[in-house]
Amino acid sequence: MSRARLILLQVLVAVAAIVLWYMLTTYKVFGKILLPPFFFSTPLDVAQQIVDWFASGVIWKHLWVTLEESIFAFVLGSLGGVAVGFWFARQPRTAAVFDPYVKMVNALPRVVLAPIFTLWLGLGIWSKVALGITLVFFIVFFNVYQGVKEVSPTVLANARMLGMSERQLMRHVYWPSALSWMFSSLHTSVGFAVVGAVVGEYLGSAAGLGYLIQQAEGVFDVAGVFAGMFVLAAFVIVIDAVVSLIEKRLLVWRPAVGESRP
Amino acid sequence: MGTATDTNQAAVALSGVDVAFRLAGGVYTAVGDATLTVADGEFVAIVGPTGCGKSTLLNIAAGLLQPAAGRVDIFGAPLSGLNRQAGYLFQADSLFPWKTALQNVAIGLETAGTPSSQARALAQTWLGRVGLGSFADRYPHMLSGGQRKRVGLAQVLIRDPKILLMDEPFGPLDAQTRQIMGNLLLDLWSADRKAVLFVTHDLEEAIALSDRVVIMSAGPASRIIGDWKVPLARPRDIGEIKLDHAFHELHRDIWHRLKAEVIKGYALTEGA
Repeated sequence: MSRARLILLQVLVAVAAIVLWYMLTTYKVFGKILLPPFFFSTPLDVAQQIVDWFASGVIWKHLWVTLEESIFAFVLGSLGGVAVGFWFARQPRTAAVFDPYVKMVNALPRVVLAPIFTLWLGLGIWSKVALGITLVFFIVFFNVYQGVKEVSPTVLANARMLGMSERQLMRHVYWPSALSWMFSSLHTSVGFAVVGAVVGEYLGSAAGLGYLIQQAEGVFDVAGVFAGMFVLAAFVIVIDAVVSLIEKRLLVWRPAVGESRP
Repeated sequence: MGTATDTNQAAVALSGVDVAFRLAGGVYTAVGDATLTVADGEFVAIVGPTGCGKSTLLNIAAGLLQPAAGRVDIFGAPLSGLNRQAGYLFQADSLFPWKTALQNVAIGLETAGTPSSQARALAQTWLGRVGLGSFADRYPHMLSGGQRKRVGLAQVLIRDPKILLMDEPFGPLDAQTRQIMGNLLLDLWSADRKAVLFVTHDLEEAIALSDRVVIMSAGPASRIIGDWKVPLARPRDIGEIKLDHAFHELHRDIWHRLKAEVIKGYALTEGA
């Protein structure tokens, strides 16, 4: 399938969904409107709301706050994940001691932590950053741990036979392997950083996309809720595209799917 | 049996080496009482059925494995830890996938403290020697299996090891590529005649390349059961030497002894 054709089909799906939404909220089917606008809004109202936000400029402040929180959550969570992942992978005893606790904390739904973070860190951005960190940390941690553990034994033996010291092994073998695992989960961890920020805002804040959505919900403004969701979706797609670009540069040594040679 | 007995001169001398692995069901003896010497500058091939412990013996010589009993001497000195005088070409892919061909070849020098610019210049020379001069910036996944083996060969030889250990290095390659790689190896080897211990399951390859062919029995506790000198003149061309009368005679002799072991080994691994 050519690229142009693919994009055309992708756009077509969106158009079809919006037209269907419009029809069902505007015209009667068998004497009844199937999607009452009070509960489902209409595409026109939602579009109007989005245009208003951008025209008046209010949205930029909220987008910036969410972006800031996401970036902090991602960077700090990743740093922690890399450090602990490396430490545990190289110290199996430490890993064994902490294993049940890591599993316990990871199994905890992060939403329940949000009020505690708000209590500790206030209503500003840092309580949201903290929530994002708890999500990002574990993804990066597990991947780095796996990356260090799963270095090919042949590559490792080869490195030893080429005279590498323990420190050189770290730099030339373990580190690149761990990074490649971490980057392969980049989309997931960046996505979770955004989730942490938005959920945190939703549960209590004064700015951000989550705050916008929560405010609209509070007054049964369905158009506002949908508009917030669409802006958030577009925001995530843009971030994802940026991540893909970075990934392509950093993992130039890796075969693209379907391109690998036997 | 033409084994050299003078272990002081030998590049590699294994005497009475036992190798055992602890498995769930008890202790598995992979190699029993192996005695083998490789003189300096000698090209020795080890041939045996699958799973007979050929690679295990190489890992012992490399210092990657410790024997349960027996001794290992390298140029007359007992081996402890890794064998620093040996270069090892592995059967499986062993290049660093995150480094280019050039970086892969240069790394062995860089870690030893050679300045980077100097190491890279020499690496470029070595890539030229193995016929990959214009592939310096390729990552391993962009190279074919044969090209990756060439890079591996350059990676090992650039450090100028006194001993070359090779574990079925050309195993995964197709027949034509193997022949080309074999000639390349002989070419490079003839320049300074390192001691080579070459493991293969291919008897023709073993005879065509080496000065001596050593046969191992099927495992467990496989032993060395035969040792033949290869009376073929050098320099050799792998393709042409296989048409030589002496080659055929030797092949028939060795195969006669090897056949029984291959059948035994096959029966064991297939559980028949």
